[in-house]
Amino acid sequence: MNSRTIFPFHGGVHPPEFKDLSSGAPIAAAPLPSKLVVPLLQSVGNCARPLVQVGERVLKGQKIGAPDGALSVAVHAPTSGIVTAIGPAMLAHPSGLSEPAITIEPDGEDRWIDRQPLDWRNVEPRIVREHLRDMGIVGLGGAIFPSHLKIVEKGKVKTLIVNGAECEPYITCDDRLMRERAEGILAGAAIVRELLGAQQILVGIEDNKPEAVAIMREAIRASGLPADVGVVPTLYPSGAAKQLIKLLTNIEVPSGVRSTDLGVQCFNVGTLYTIWRAIEFGEPAISRVVTLTGNVERPGNYEALIGTPLNELLQLAGVRPQATGYVYGGPMMGFELANLDIGLSKAGNCIIVRDAVHFPPRPLEMPCIRCGKCADACPIELQPMDFYWFTRSKRYDKLEQWQLFDCIECGACAYVCPSHIRLVDYFRYAKSEIWADERQMKAADHARQRHEFRQFREEREKREKAERLAARAAPKAVEANSEAAPVDAADAERAARIKAAMERAAAKNAALNVESAPLVEPPAAPTEPALDEEKAARIRAAMQKREEEKARLAAMSPEERAALDAEKAARIAAAKEKAAAKKAAQEQDKAE
Amino acid sequence: MIAFLEAILIMVVLAVVLGAVLGFAAIKYKVDDDPLVDKIDEILPQTQCGQCGYPGCKPYATALAAGEAEINLCVPGGEDGVRKLADLLGKDFVPMSAEVQVEKPKSYAVIDENLCIGCTLCLQACPVDAIVGSAKHLHTVLVKECTGCELCVAPCPVNCISMKPVPENLTSWKWHYPVIPLKVKKQA
Repeated sequence: MNSRTIFPFHGGVHPPEFKDLSSGAPIAAAPLPSKLVVPLLQSVGNCARPLVQVGERVLKGQKIGAPDGALSVAVHAPTSGIVTAIGPAMLAHPSGLSEPAITIEPDGEDRWIDRQPLDWRNVEPRIVREHLRDMGIVGLGGAIFPSHLKIVEKGKVKTLIVNGAECEPYITCDDRLMRERAEGILAGAAIVRELLGAQQILVGIEDNKPEAVAIMREAIRASGLPADVGVVPTLYPSGAAKQLIKLLTNIEVPSGVRSTDLGVQCFNVGTLYTIWRAIEFGEPAISRVVTLTGNVERPGNYEALIGTPLNELLQLAGVRPQATGYVYGGPMMGFELANLDIGLSKAGNCIIVRDAVHFPPRPLEMPCIRCGKCADACPIELQPMDFYWFTRSKRYDKLEQWQLFDCIECGACAYVCPSHIRLVDYFRYAKSEIWADERQMKAADHARQRHEFRQFREEREKREKAERLAARAAPKAVEANSEAAPVDAADAERAARIKAAMERAAAKNAALNVESAPLVEPPAAPTEPALDEEKAARIRAAMQKREEEKARLAAMSPEERAALDAEKAARIAAAKEKAAAKKAAQEQDKAE
Repeated sequence: MIAFLEAILIMVVLAVVLGAVLGFAAIKYKVDDDPLVDKIDEILPQTQCGQCGYPGCKPYATALAAGEAEINLCVPGGEDGVRKLADLLGKDFVPMSAEVQVEKPKSYAVIDENLCIGCTLCLQACPVDAIVGSAKHLHTVLVKECTGCELCVAPCPVNCISMKPVPENLTSWKWHYPVIPLKVKKQA
């Protein structure tokens, strides 16, 4: 059966397949659901920006979300209808978090927008890439990486690998697609091959899908493409890009290197099919084939619109009563769904309804006995048991040194662990902790920069203010060279004033023989001239003279003196009142 | 005698040459700032909140480098931060000091727009310039820049600033530590 040499990769596991549950029935078109919840997050990048408004009528294939950023792709209305809501909806994601989604109520007409095929042979590669981005094409194997970014410049890639391995148990959507739409897949592969300038196409299919192998071989013969089918042994995870590349070409993609740098690029069969539809027919990615299997009445594959609520989808297959849960994706890498009121996403290749027989509760975790089975099973040749220890002791630096980020989270290690340790869960936890640390470091750096800039700004403002004041003070000082008080003379001035006041008091005492000395005059009294250091004595004398004059005046007419005193007392009382009011206002402010 | 003088001469020449090299190196490769301060400052979360008792992260880092402060005073850094400081400074891990408050979730400041009187006091308090506004005009917090230090909360004369926890999204979401569910069996 096999004509090509296959180069096995390290490790791998072979869990029971359960593919025959759903592989027998042909792909059936799912009927229009009652509503479509189309997530705007349909790629590894940012959420798409919504282009429609609530109440707006949309046509099938109309762009409703514009790509935002390099890793983002457009989102389209899967059928014609009315937009009923735009807002957060729960995402098919292990976190169960909500992200923006557009809800469409189908009108039942399923009316297409005007579709424009792309004359891809006669346009620049840039235009083709933009077209794919605007058609919302992402990798349908589950990684939802934007396909237009994988079509690199011509000549770099020698071998195009078509990934039909479908190594996870239960899933059969790629198998059925190859059996029923081999021509479309190959047409897509031919387009991508020409865009990449690749010399050959290698189709990798696991040996548990002999029908698909035969049909693909036949289709290749008919098409005349420089292609070949490599039948790879059924061994999980042969469908992972690096593992399939090794199997078919014996090229090992090292850590931190992209396969394109080694002349190989890998596309999933479903992705190639949608690329063909997008380019030759102008149909955006608005549906996908999804396997419904497990504990259901009619397991099989359904072509469902993106955004179809999962509970409506599962009604097609008929969930049996003993369902214990729902897995989104395969049993090895998929995750448990919190609820079923979620729109189907482009990553959704399979929904497995669990039952207690095939998915028994996980046995209790036992201590690691360092048997090394996980290292034998690891397809990346990592040391999962060391990762486990480092994760438990929070040695994240060590984890990075031991290349944790090369782990593809395939779950082979956890599958073989005799102590039933959920190894992958530990690794996912460690990875997200390291990412969070990195984010925190970045945020701290940013905050430090802003803080340092603020300090710099404050310094600068202070300096500028001082300069401004100095510039303003300079001409004044020249103008009033005798009267203006320099800043450093303030102390002398105050001392002189106090002395003057004391002398004044003494003089008054002597002249009037009053029992109590009068209060020191308020410093900002308008009659007091500004003083200079050298002038202190002169002014003191002048003030003494004035006081003496005043005293004489008072001595001469006691009525006048009494009036003067009363006026002074009134002034002091007024000032006191003013100060009290100010203080009360301040306290009130503080209390508020 | 000649040999003795020769030995002395060699030693003198060596001393002069090596002295010159060392002297040159001391000037050429002089380190102005204490590199330890920067290393400590990198670990600190840069909220500039002053909860450690120092007027910012850098002063705390300087005090740590001088050995004048305990390593367990940084509240936003939490126990992880203490662990990193202990590693860097070669000290033993100490749990968070009892004087400082318990760790809080990361939050950001929100100004109630109906109450703000535009007094600019919070503007002056913010260590990272994350509040914009001007006198007698509405102020607002730049959520992206806010470090959650709470320094703006106290100066507000009308108490219109409150702290809100940062909501979780897909980028900040983390996988939980695997927990093993234990079944409690009822006794017969």
